[in-house]
Amino acid sequence: MKIVIGEGSCGIAAGAQKVYDALAPLLNGTDINLGITGCIGMCFLEPIVDLYDKGLLLKRLVKVTPEQAGVIAEAVKANDLTALKALEITDEDKGFLDKQTRIALRHCGVIDPEDLDDYLAADGYKALEKVLTAMTPEDVIEEIKTSGLAGRGGAGFPTWFKWNAARNAAGDEKYLICNADEGDPGAFMDRAVIESDPHQLIEGMLIAAYAIGAKEAFVYVRAEYPLAIVRLEKAIKDATAKGYLGNNILGTDFSCRLRIKAGAGAFVCGEETALIESLEGSRGMPRLKPPFPAEKGYENKPSNINNVETFANVSWIILNGGQAFAAMGTETSKGTKVFALTGKIKRGGLVEIPMGLTLRDVIFDIGGGIRGGKRFKAVQLGGPSGGCIPEALLDTVIDYKALSATGAIMGSGGMVVMDETTCMVNMARFFLDFTTKESCGKCVHCRIGTKRMFEILTRITEGEGRPGDIELLEELCEAIRSGALCGLGQTAPNPVLTTIKYFRDEYEAHINEKRCPAGECAALRTYVINKDACKGCTLCAKKCPVSAISGEVKQPHAIDAAKCIKCGQCKTVCRFGAVEVR
Amino acid sequence: MCDCGKSDLTLLDGVLAEYASVRGSLITILQKAQEIYGYLPTDVLYRVAEATGSTPAKVMGVATFYTQFRLTPVGKHLIMLCKGTACHVNGADAVEKAICEELKIKDGETSDDGLFSLKTVACLGCCSLSPVMMIDEDTYGSLTPAKAVEIIRTIKGGDAA
Ligand SMILES: Cc1cc2nc3c(=O)[nH]c(=O)nc-3n(C[C@H](O)[C@H](O)[C@H](O)COP(=O)(O)O)c2cc1C
Ligand code: FES
Repeated sequence: MKIVIGEGSCGIAAGAQKVYDALAPLLNGTDINLGITGCIGMCFLEPIVDLYDKGLLLKRLVKVTPEQAGVIAEAVKANDLTALKALEITDEDKGFLDKQTRIALRHCGVIDPEDLDDYLAADGYKALEKVLTAMTPEDVIEEIKTSGLAGRGGAGFPTWFKWNAARNAAGDEKYLICNADEGDPGAFMDRAVIESDPHQLIEGMLIAAYAIGAKEAFVYVRAEYPLAIVRLEKAIKDATAKGYLGNNILGTDFSCRLRIKAGAGAFVCGEETALIESLEGSRGMPRLKPPFPAEKGYENKPSNINNVETFANVSWIILNGGQAFAAMGTETSKGTKVFALTGKIKRGGLVEIPMGLTLRDVIFDIGGGIRGGKRFKAVQLGGPSGGCIPEALLDTVIDYKALSATGAIMGSGGMVVMDETTCMVNMARFFLDFTTKESCGKCVHCRIGTKRMFEILTRITEGEGRPGDIELLEELCEAIRSGALCGLGQTAPNPVLTTIKYFRDEYEAHINEKRCPAGECAALRTYVINKDACKGCTLCAKKCPVSAISGEVKQPHAIDAAKCIKCGQCKTVCRFGAVEVR
Repeated sequence: MCDCGKSDLTLLDGVLAEYASVRGSLITILQKAQEIYGYLPTDVLYRVAEATGSTPAKVMGVATFYTQFRLTPVGKHLIMLCKGTACHVNGADAVEKAICEELKIKDGETSDDGLFSLKTVACLGCCSLSPVMMIDEDTYGSLTPAKAVEIIRTIKGGDAA
């Protein structure tokens, strides 16, 4: 029997390492294997412990605590798993996987990311072998073209086209770059792929390097991902030792070196030309395009940049054929896409689905809907470059074209779900706060335009909105969209435009009635005590920092709205739920 | 306010020997320097400029562009509180408020006892456990204001013991 614990960053944060440390000594001297794997994708059930027998998953135990290590060890040693019934995943939660198809994530949560042999046993490096021994670079590009694979980093540009352009660009010295900057706050599939299946990324990159004719490759990893860097470093070392990387790979005359560069915290460095500047050791300020990186990229040499998830699909396509990949999805979007499902969702985690399912399928069937019995309000796609989609559009199919038509974008796959307690004006303000801070400052439209928008949105959420603000925002959006130098500025208006388009009534309530319908904007909240629920315990009056609450013991209390600073202390301390926000 | 001449620049020798002549390594060098000194003192920036053949302005430009780099010392423990989208939706603002009140600091500051510095970041990649913070090497998820304060007090207690 083998025990496998999910140890991606989120598993570890949920306590997986503590479970591992508790189990390890209990299994000493037995023939039971204890191992780790990466992210299983069911983040809402972490820490997860899987029990395998002869390669077959026997039981999946969820939300395991270190205290339960004893029970698990005893049951496994006695080969009688009945005592583990209570820890097992429910049938309902198993439904999380029902509508999924795993290609990019196919090894995640299955193999040990730190063990090359595990990867090899799962057909690892077979695609590379096939490419190097039986295919020309042109064949590879043709296969990718057949597959219809499009870039998963956000823009959805056809991958074969970029490879072909880099291949045909003049010059012998070419570079391949993997964009693992994963800047969209709310997306974590790239981290999961690197942490859970680093060789998959290496293999995909090597195939791309062969196709475009590069001998040098970089992975630019976000600084906030230390574990991803550690696992990728180990994978590079192991692959080099076994001849899958370095000089004369697999005995052929193809050589390629792979290096990791850690980013230093700048969202704009996810933009490809800014990323190149950063790789060169400079401030990550975008360059004007054209020339495109395929012509003049790293060190002004032809370069090709792809996202982690894009590369993670490549070896599957080579092994199974482009046709098989293209058989999944819609007319304009082929294959699968990974989404990071988070926010007010019941079952949050990593989801990989064939293109063409609807947003409703993902949020309600896979994600189980909203938690805490609240109402769904909107889903945010594409992060700071994307938009908020309302309930009325939940049947939109997931494909590049259909999502763009809503005003949002497919993006890198962040899918943040919001309920009735999320204020959409504040959401727009949140993203503008982000873009003003992350704007590199090179062009005026982005640097100053986003700041002005942020100020207006702040005013509105603080109850200082004026008639005409919505139109002013729309005017600014148009100016920034058309005037900004790079994608950061050009797409920064999207969160504002989509919230105005679908939640205009919320803007109007803030501006005209000085009211926040979601009750989120502190300045627009009014705290009142429900006389029928108040028991007169005096606790709120004692805790109020500005003595705004008065009343006799055992008599209903009242809040003086003129004094109230809306800190919410009274609501927090009240044991009878008598304090209401209006 | 120049603190030139105060840092032990010999600590940098190893890093500079390895990277100074490798093109495009400025960010890597500054990352390693920050690991050594805990922040980037001005005299260190001058030394890096000299060793890499860059102007001090270029080095300063890079050091101020990226949020990872700090030009002032940090406390013993660095709290990185996520304010990414998922964490925002799940109440990161309330957690930040509680931490600020507990430590009597604002984002970017260090507590008077020198124990904690607070820095807000956008996404630690553990969005499904949001709200999330990282203190030194450890990640803490599913935070509430009370839970965050408790974690900080436990660390403080551990230091005192
Ligand atoms: C502001 C901005 C941020 C971006 N951030 C990322 C990112 O974090 N990861 C990523 O893969 N692509 C990001 N992109 C897209 C890249 O510029 C580029 O299109 C992508 O890496 C190409 O890879 P693909 O064709 O495989 O998608 C960003 C673009 C912009 C404008
Ligand atoms: S948004 Fe906080 S960890 Fe991703």
